[in-house]
Amino acid sequence: MPLILTPPEIEALLLSLKVSGVAVAAALPLALAAAFALANRDFPGKVLVDGILHLPLVLPPVAMGYLLLVLFGTRAPLGAFLLEHFGIRFVFSWIGAALAAAVLTFPFQMRAIRLSLESVDPGLADAARTLGARPLDRFFNITLPLALPGIVAGSITAFAASLGEFGAIITFVSNIPGETRTLPLAIYTALQAPGGDVVAARLAALSIGLALLFMTLAEFAGRRARWSTR
Amino acid sequence: MSIAVSLRHQAGAFMLDAAFHMPPTGVTALFGPSGAGKTTIVQAIAGLIQPQSGRIAIGERILLDTGAGLAVPAHDRRIGYVFQDARLFPHLTVERNLLFGWRRARPRADGDEIARVIALLGLAPLLARKPRGLSGGEKSRVALGRALLSRPALLLLDEPLSALDAARKAEILPYLERLRDSAGLPMLYVSHAAEEVLRLADHVVLLAGGRVTGEGSVFDFAAGDLDGAMVRATGAVFETRVAAQREDGLTVLSFDGGELLVSRLARAVGTALRVRIRAEDILLARLRPDSISANNILETRIAAIRPSGSEADIHLRCGGTPLTARITQSSLARLSLREGEGVFAIVKSVTVDARMKD
Repeated sequence: MPLILTPPEIEALLLSLKVSGVAVAAALPLALAAAFALANRDFPGKVLVDGILHLPLVLPPVAMGYLLLVLFGTRAPLGAFLLEHFGIRFVFSWIGAALAAAVLTFPFQMRAIRLSLESVDPGLADAARTLGARPLDRFFNITLPLALPGIVAGSITAFAASLGEFGAIITFVSNIPGETRTLPLAIYTALQAPGGDVVAARLAALSIGLALLFMTLAEFAGRRARWSTR
Repeated sequence: MSIAVSLRHQAGAFMLDAAFHMPPTGVTALFGPSGAGKTTIVQAIAGLIQPQSGRIAIGERILLDTGAGLAVPAHDRRIGYVFQDARLFPHLTVERNLLFGWRRARPRADGDEIARVIALLGLAPLLARKPRGLSGGEKSRVALGRALLSRPALLLLDEPLSALDAARKAEILPYLERLRDSAGLPMLYVSHAAEEVLRLADHVVLLAGGRVTGEGSVFDFAAGDLDGAMVRATGAVFETRVAAQREDGLTVLSFDGGELLVSRLARAVGTALRVRIRAEDILLARLRPDSISANNILETRIAAIRPSGSEADIHLRCGGTPLTARITQSSLARLSLREGEGVFAIVKSVTVDARMKD
């Protein structure tokens, strides 16, 4: 099995990294806000909101892709509005793939951030209060820096998970070489072609390698979290 | 200007209903057993918990008045808080911990003030370090410095020594004394250790079961004269002044009621010093003993006799100064001591607490 990647495979790899990077970066501020609200505030319907935010974790990804198509398709209300006023087109575009990956990995990020925010000793925020720090000041100067390693670990995990996203992407934005054909879609395509087993095996090995690499990085960031808050 | 606190707060089965005053200077001790409500009171003063009803004022400045719907948020109260567990920010160096409150204070302390606090607490060698590597005593000192530099109007110390072993306590106590004598800042010192209260406090508030059971000077507290039934006399604490330095290497301390001779103290004549005499360190004699090694024999009058098990606490007056002696019931019977009678107190040992002020 030749280990050198062919140009279309390199294209799929780079596209996967781009889609996942944009997905994780775009979801991060929202995940941070949601995690902060769930960790610190009590409001009516909190359980329901928590459930809805976790939905992508349990819903079939194909169903998620279908929902995205219904919301963001070029003739769907939201999709048409965004295309007309901002020129943002999701369907058949890598941006759509990033949106699908962002929605699906959002719960990963939010959970990790929430857990790390909750693991910061609230007594430290109390100490900051007596020293004159207001709520936002406390959040940005005490809670967030102490939770940061955990947040980084969560983002890396979400990134790794997003590399493997298949069902929602193929349903929502199809399988276009160079545009929406990420690694899993390239594996699927290779298996459809006669004699594509070798390509599929190579790409699968690459996926496994990437997953291991990023999970190790996440573990390392998480360990740092435990050291620095001790 | 005095500090007035009155609080009512129900938490589960526990009911706090306490009101007391603090003098505007010096150390007020909030003394009571665990579970008496001490921490609830300081948290309410700091604004970290909101009591169901209450009023807290520092002089004219009202921090809380639930009747008027007023509650100044904790970050605007200017109340320094030294927590039992120090609570240093683990991601910041000692220096940045110290300056955390300083940056947010208006007006800020100037550079001289920062240098003074660092010198007072011996923090200079620690500045570049992270809290993780500090000993318990060092953490306490940094926490104290951090609170001081936020320029508080009142400093709350919630059992700052309770997490430390005896050696660390002995290391921190002198810093607390220096702070008391130099800061001119009112302090509320929470403790369940009578020894710390005797050493540091000027004014004592006794707390038990969520209620204030007594309030008074530390001198009354030491003599067991406060109405908190759970407090037994521990000895005597009183103010003295350096009256003379003798040729033979002794220092004469004068107090309201007489003089004490102690080993030479390098203090100027006129310096105020707090002195402690433990109840176990006083012997009583009907007649003035003449052949005895003790330097200090005081003429006193018996104010009260309080039996306690096989012992009895004899409350004495030496001029205006209360002293307490602890003797056995059998000695009491042998000497047939009665209230109102004169008796000689032989002082075996005197502890002089360092006071900075001259």
